[in-house]
Amino acid sequence: MATKLRILVPVKRVIDYAVKPRVNKAQTGVETNVKHSMNPFDELSIEEAVRMREAKKPVEDILAFSAGPAKSQDILRTAMAMGADRGLLVQEDKIELEPLGVAKLLKKVVEDEKRNLVILGKQSIDDDANQTGQMLAGLLNWPQATQASKVDIAEDGSVQVTREVDGGVETLKAKLPMIITTDLRLNEPRYASLPNIMKAKKKPLEKKTLKDYGMEDGGKRLKTIKVAEPPARQGGGKVEDVDGMIAKLKELGAL
Amino acid sequence: MVAPIRTGALRQAATCLRQQRAVPTVRPMSREALRRLASTLAILEQREGKLNMSSLASISAAQKLGGSIHGFVAGSNIKTVADEASKVDGLEKVIYVDNGAYDKGLPENFAPLLVENIKKGGYTHVVAGHSAFGKNLMPRVAALLDVQQISDITDIESEDTFVRPIYAGNAILTVQSEDNVKIVTVRGTAFPSGAAEGGSAAVEEGTDPKAECPTEWVSEDLAKSDRPDLATAEKVVSGGRGLKSKEEFEKLMPPLADALGAAIGASRAAVDSGFADNSLQVGQTGKNVAPQLYLCAGISGAIQHLAGMKDSKVIAAINKDPDAPIFQVADVGLVGDLFEKVPELTEKLKSS
Repeated sequence: MATKLRILVPVKRVIDYAVKPRVNKAQTGVETNVKHSMNPFDELSIEEAVRMREAKKPVEDILAFSAGPAKSQDILRTAMAMGADRGLLVQEDKIELEPLGVAKLLKKVVEDEKRNLVILGKQSIDDDANQTGQMLAGLLNWPQATQASKVDIAEDGSVQVTREVDGGVETLKAKLPMIITTDLRLNEPRYASLPNIMKAKKKPLEKKTLKDYGMEDGGKRLKTIKVAEPPARQGGGKVEDVDGMIAKLKELGAL
Repeated sequence: MVAPIRTGALRQAATCLRQQRAVPTVRPMSREALRRLASTLAILEQREGKLNMSSLASISAAQKLGGSIHGFVAGSNIKTVADEASKVDGLEKVIYVDNGAYDKGLPENFAPLLVENIKKGGYTHVVAGHSAFGKNLMPRVAALLDVQQISDITDIESEDTFVRPIYAGNAILTVQSEDNVKIVTVRGTAFPSGAAEGGSAAVEEGTDPKAECPTEWVSEDLAKSDRPDLATAEKVVSGGRGLKSKEEFEKLMPPLADALGAAIGASRAAVDSGFADNSLQVGQTGKNVAPQLYLCAGISGAIQHLAGMKDSKVIAAINKDPDAPIFQVADVGLVGDLFEKVPELTEKLKSS
């Protein structure tokens, strides 16, 4: 009998990838009054889960999850418009959760919702930590395949994953339950069509709080001392031709 | 266990150090106290019995922390690697675990292995490179130890305060950790790679918990190249969408790289279009490079690409669009058709 896939896809609301973030005056963070969207790597996760269903894998359901401010539900609606069946939001407007906190929260969701496959993005493009999936795998003591560029799930629940590593790719094999994090080359996420966006509005979206998971304070470990602008680079002007380029590079000691 | 006591004392020493900054006469002693108390485990990488030199940057980072530094290696027939590592300057001891189960660096058994050895050694800090290996492994270790890891640090301010880029390098975060053990991964290009000679560390066998590994390593496909490694090369030439095809990329970039003795990189657009291999991608989601010279052609300079190369010492760009954002960061910009300029540059570099 084929193993049923009960998939969890955590998604994060982040500043849109095309927006250049600006550090705020108080040097406590970046200006957040800008366009936000789903973390690009999380779009790949949703897409992969939906493709599993389309490839006639025994997908029981796809649960999209987010933790963060109320507006994160927009991201969950997007995930549902792409094909997730339902959404779960842990609403938290004040505390910014760290990867360890999110991993602990996800562990509880995995257990509550009896998940056997979690597909996460390899990193969020705001914090750039690249930790949550690995931490979750550690907490659950499940196998992990990070930076996946290809995923194959067999009838018997064995999973073969090709992952991007320094210098090339490697292929791993493990059995469900497991954790996968997605890399850019995994797939090409679809655009949600208008009818699907409308349908997504009717899909169930459950709201909870950190308190429901016994994590009121969020378990923050790191204290932000400051956030600063990176040192500005001075564009050094242009040269007329190739000879000018070589001369300038020699002058700068680069050749 | 001694670790909490040690950490408590360490934090106290650090606090003293901070408070006493105003009274410089007392400072050297406090710093001495700090040095005695910090102890760091630096995770070294090996591949088929060869020490990965770029992982030595974690030792340079550890040196900034002060205190004793132990190196850690694991794999089959690891003694030769341990002996090689013992010569690395800055290490007091090399801990090795000889077991083929660790050859592929699978985190399912490597993480419990590290946890055992971290606990046994009572380390205050654990440092690894923010490489594919470190990224995959260290968060799992951190979770097992209930620690919030700090990824991809570019500087160390004190034993508990670290600096790291966020938002694709568009902001620099200084962060303080309250955890008992500080687990950090370091950006290799932000620290010197460490001297492979001059040390004489003791070599000692570590503990092997022999955790089961549910994951099977099947195969790998690594791009073979005689060129310098992209992440550590002194010079990098990089091509983007402007090269138009794989054929053009392969016709123009390798000769230019050879003329300079450079590694080859690529933008995401070039990789996505199939012009170049994934492993060559430079940027937020690819590799971070900071060579002496980064020479790029046909790359517009999207923020995700700049994230991976803007710490290069000298940036040179060839692009036909005079308004391309790359020119805002380039020290040397040439507006022109890369299909003419790159071959011309290659020829002139060869003959000079």
